[in-house]
This record gives sequence, C-alpha cells and structure tokens, in this order.
Amino acid sequence: METVGVLMTKPFSAYLEEELDKRFKLFRFWESSNRKEFLKENSHLIRAVVGNATAGCDAEMIGLLPKLEIVSNFSVGLDKVDLVKCKERGIRVTNTPDVLTDDVADLALALILAVLRRICACDRYVTSGSWINGNFKLTTKFSGKSVGILGLGRIGSAIAKRANAFGCPISYYSRSEKSNTDYKYYPSAVELAANCEILVIACALTEETHHIVNREVIDALGPQGIIINIGRGSHIDEPELVSALVEGRLAGAGLDVFENEPQVPEQLFGLDNVVLLSHVGSDTVETCKEMADLVIANLEAHFLNKPLLTPAV
Amino acid sequence: MASSAVEKMGTEQQKEEELPVVLLLHPLLFLTKGELLKKFRFLMPWEAKSMSTHEFLTTHAQSVRALLSVGIFPVDSETIRSLPSLQCIVGTSAGVDHIDLAECRRRGISVTNAGTAFSEDVADLAVGFFLDLLRRVSSTDRYVRRGLWPLNGDYPLGFKLGGKRVGIVGLGSIGSEIAKRLEAFGCSISYNSRRKKPSVSFPYYSNVYDLAADSDVLILSCALTEETFHMVNKDVLSALGKEGIIINVGRGALIDEKELVRCLVQGEIGGAGLDVFEKEPDVPKELFALDNVILSPHRAVLTPESFDALQELVIGNLEAFFSNKPLLSPVKDE
Repeated sequence: METVGVLMTKPFSAYLEEELDKRFKLFRFWESSNRKEFLKENSHLIRAVVGNATAGCDAEMIGLLPKLEIVSNFSVGLDKVDLVKCKERGIRVTNTPDVLTDDVADLALALILAVLRRICACDRYVTSGSWINGNFKLTTKFSGKSVGILGLGRIGSAIAKRANAFGCPISYYSRSEKSNTDYKYYPSAVELAANCEILVIACALTEETHHIVNREVIDALGPQGIIINIGRGSHIDEPELVSALVEGRLAGAGLDVFENEPQVPEQLFGLDNVVLLSHVGSDTVETCKEMADLVIANLEAHFLNKPLLTPAV
Repeated sequence: MASSAVEKMGTEQQKEEELPVVLLLHPLLFLTKGELLKKFRFLMPWEAKSMSTHEFLTTHAQSVRALLSVGIFPVDSETIRSLPSLQCIVGTSAGVDHIDLAECRRRGISVTNAGTAFSEDVADLAVGFFLDLLRRVSSTDRYVRRGLWPLNGDYPLGFKLGGKRVGIVGLGSIGSEIAKRLEAFGCSISYNSRRKKPSVSFPYYSNVYDLAADSDVLILSCALTEETFHMVNKDVLSALGKEGIIINVGRGALIDEKELVRCLVQGEIGGAGLDVFEKEPDVPKELFALDNVILSPHRAVLTPESFDALQELVIGNLEAFFSNKPLLSPVKDE
C-alpha cells in the first residue's frame, strides 16, 4: 500500500500523520503553497483523502482528484465533505462515530457546569486578587434544571444519560420522535426552546439544521436560558446569538464551535456568562488515538477490498 | 393615632414578644430576614453600639436557648460559656468545624448543619472542576479569549473521563451525590470514610493513602476534624502521583496546603480544583499562573436554590427545637 497516495488536509493529529506515513504515500496538503497546483501535480497518485471537521473534501477538491476512491474523515460530522458529489462519483466516505461520543457528551456537561457555576469566571476572580474584596455573586444551580437536546442521536443520548444523573428532566427535538425513550418530544426547535432552560445542540449539520437556532428560538429560550453548542457553528445564527448575549436576552452560552473557526466573535471575550473553546469536542489523547486508528482501519479495509468499518457513503 | 391602630401595634408588639428568641452573632449573609422575622425574635448584639458582644451576651442573652450560626464565623468556647441557657446551635453551613463541638458536647448542646440543602450544588461543582481539569476548559477559554486560536492553532489535548478511577474521601450526602454523577460519566468509584458503609457497593479503603495510590482523582468531601486535619499530606500526594488530580470542596485544612503548592509547582501531581483554602480569602499566589489548577472563592453553595433549601431547613430546625420535636439535621456525635 506504500504506493497508494493519501492526502491529509491539515496536521490535526501527529499520530495519524505518522501512521499514514508508515503505510501509504502521504501528501501533506498544508505544506503546499498553491493548493490547486499541488492537487493537479499529484492527482494521478491520490486515491484517498483524510480530512477532519473543519478541513474536509469539497466539490472542487473532488473535481481535481480523478483517482479518488475514498474519503476517510477524522470526525463524525461530514458537513465539510460533499457527500452528493461523492455518491455521484462512487467515492466511499467513512467517519468516526461512537469512539468520540463520550468525549463530546462529557464536554457538553463541562460547558453547562462551567457556564452555570461560573467556573472560569471564578478562577479569574481569584487570580485577579478580587476575593479579598468580597464574595463572588450567587451562581445558578445545575441539578434539576430542564435540559432540551436538539438531536437525540448517539451524542444527544449520551448527554441525556449524564444530565439524568443530575436529576435534570430531559426533552428533545429530532427529525422524528424516538419510540425507545421516555424523554419528552417536541415537534420543533422553537417549542423545545420554550420548554427548557438549557438548550444543547447535538445534531448533524445539514441544509435543514443550518441556523436552526435563530432569533425565534433564542427568544423562545428566553433571558434565563443557556445555549450549549457542541455541534457545528452554523447551527446557530451567530450574529443573533452574540447580540442576544451582549444585550442580556440570554443568560449565557457554552460554545465549542463557531461559524468561521478559528475566528471567535470578540464581543464575547468580555462576558462572564460565556465559555469559549477551540473546537475540542473529541480532543482527548485517548479518543484522538482511537479516531486515528479507525481512519487507518477504514483505509486499509478499502484498499484490501474488505468491508468498511464505519461507512457513511 | 386612631385607637385601633394603637391597639393593633400593641398586639403586634405583644405577638413579637411571644416569638421564640434566637441569638445572632453576625448579620445574616444569604438567608432572607422576612420569613425568619415572622417566626422568631432575633437578638443582634452588633446593634447595641455601646456594648461589646461579650457585655451584650452577659447582659441580654442569659436566657437565650438557641443560636443561629451565620456562615463560618467562629462560635468558640468563650462565647458558648457566656450563654448558660444555650441548648441548640442551628448551623447554616455543611461543615461545622467553626463551632466548638467539644464544648457543645460537654454542655449537651445540639448542633444542626445544612443537612442535604447544599449537597447537590457542592457535588455539581466538584464534578465541574473534574471536567474542567481533564478537558482543560478554563485554560482553553483563556486561550481563546487572548486571541491565540487563530495565531497558534489548537490547544493541547485533554484526557478522557471514562474509566478514570475516582477516590472519594467522605461518602456522606455530598460524596454520594458526587459518586452518582461520576458513574454516569463511566468513572469507577472507591471511597474512604470513618467506617465502611454496609449499604454501599463501592470498594472501601480504610485509609486515604491507599485510596490515593489507586485513584486518578481524589475528591475531598468530608468534615474537618482533629482526625482529618492535613489528612492529605506529602505521602498521600506522592501516592496520588504525577498524573493524579485532587479536588477539594471540603475544608482547606484537609490538605497540607504548603505541600500541595510545592507539588503543583514542581509538577509532582497532575492538577487541582480547589474551592477552599487554609486561610481564606488568602490563596497561595504560586497557584495563579498554573494552567492545571482551578481556583474558586469558597462558593460551592452560593446559589439561590441552595439558600432557599437552607432557609426551609433553618426554619424547620428552629421550629422543631422550640416545640421539642426531633431536629431535622442534627450533627451526629461520632
């Protein structure tokens, strides 16, 4: 397989890079100064693309790689891979579901607690020497608050399981109602938002869910409401979110993703009721290794004509 | 004034004088006076500007039977001795190490604490610290706010929670709530307590050292007593090890703070989440710059919900005491 050309879009995992290098002929897309030229020059060799949540494989790239057979993505979300084009061309696509479910769910809870209990703000309070001058203000209890989950898939369910341990009533909105759960279903994002205190976005990004959290949903959630986004930045109408937070029409937000990563709206930097992360949903040593192993396993399976482990297309 | 108004005032005054008397040594911090004033009459020494507290107590509080302890302001033996009729101290905190329990025992004075009013909030904060430390939440948030994400790329990876071995010191009300939550994250739970709990299936360790040696994270949620003072010492920290994390939502003095700071600064333990310190509000400045330390100004219980629950409990305990019924949250003498 050393002659099989694999294009890695960005240096998102040193371990994966090493392992790809050992097994295949690795092309490091980020090292090219002229992307189009790079692809054209190597298009006769590149048979696989390894992308991630932010740098996938779009129509243009697919168009420039006539020998492309498989996109093995280092992510579970595939919004950055042109799935329609892949289907047309008969290109297989794999992702990394399940191995990262727990980490992403853990992070959702971490954000909820950090926002509601002002963990980051309190740390700043102490390190700025303010404690000498008096107690921090009251924060808000998490246990028992109602949690509304947008998307009750693997990650949404894992979030629900954890929130349950805190005594939180769970409700959700999904493309269709799920029969095997006791959680309360709402037929729209607005109704879900109107009936919960903490809204967690845990669905896939598609045309339908683009800006699913808009002004209407934010208004329905209300000034005591909190939004937690561990999905994709484009799930939320970001300018609307920012003005709601700045104007106090939302009680807070925990955001791991943004519309234009790594750009984060600077108006949020001064707010104590938001927590801002750099898309770290599955960024643990353990899970990154598992994700990398799965990417490799899918590639090897494909080139050995064996069944793919986690095919999406 | 119309005679009915005077009569009414007279009745109200009389009603007030019939209310049971409770001594306060400090203005209320978080409880709301309204409800309490309807049911009890408070003696407030600080309002008698011409007298010292001691003078006030010896002059006006000799027949006082109940004291409402505010926050963790000390209720020492001298104070207790100046109150010959005292039979009950109603606490408003989870820990009662600020009250001279030995003196209370000698005099047969019952003491109540916050019972379970705060347990969920404290447990939530302990879990929040654990998540923050393993997933680098506060440090990543700082990184993003400083505009470093576009410049320097991704922040270092964190660590998975699932499978981590959690050692809880003190499996009381708070410790049990912590255990319940962390199980949902796939952590395994063990504990150390004064005595093994027969109804609990988690593995029991008879001493903190052994528990630390077998844990990835040590969470302190026990009372501060003579036995537990500095229970987390150099040996225990060493047993916890370079990747181990310690979380303290109990009392600062459960840990040898100097030793803890040294271990953190020299990288001998993996990180710490601290809501309490030996000399609050002084926090060792060497900790401020450490990315693997979360600091919090002793506010695990500072939520309106906890104080609503506390209010109910305090009123319940006082009413029970004054009607000779069993107290709701007595501190057990063990």
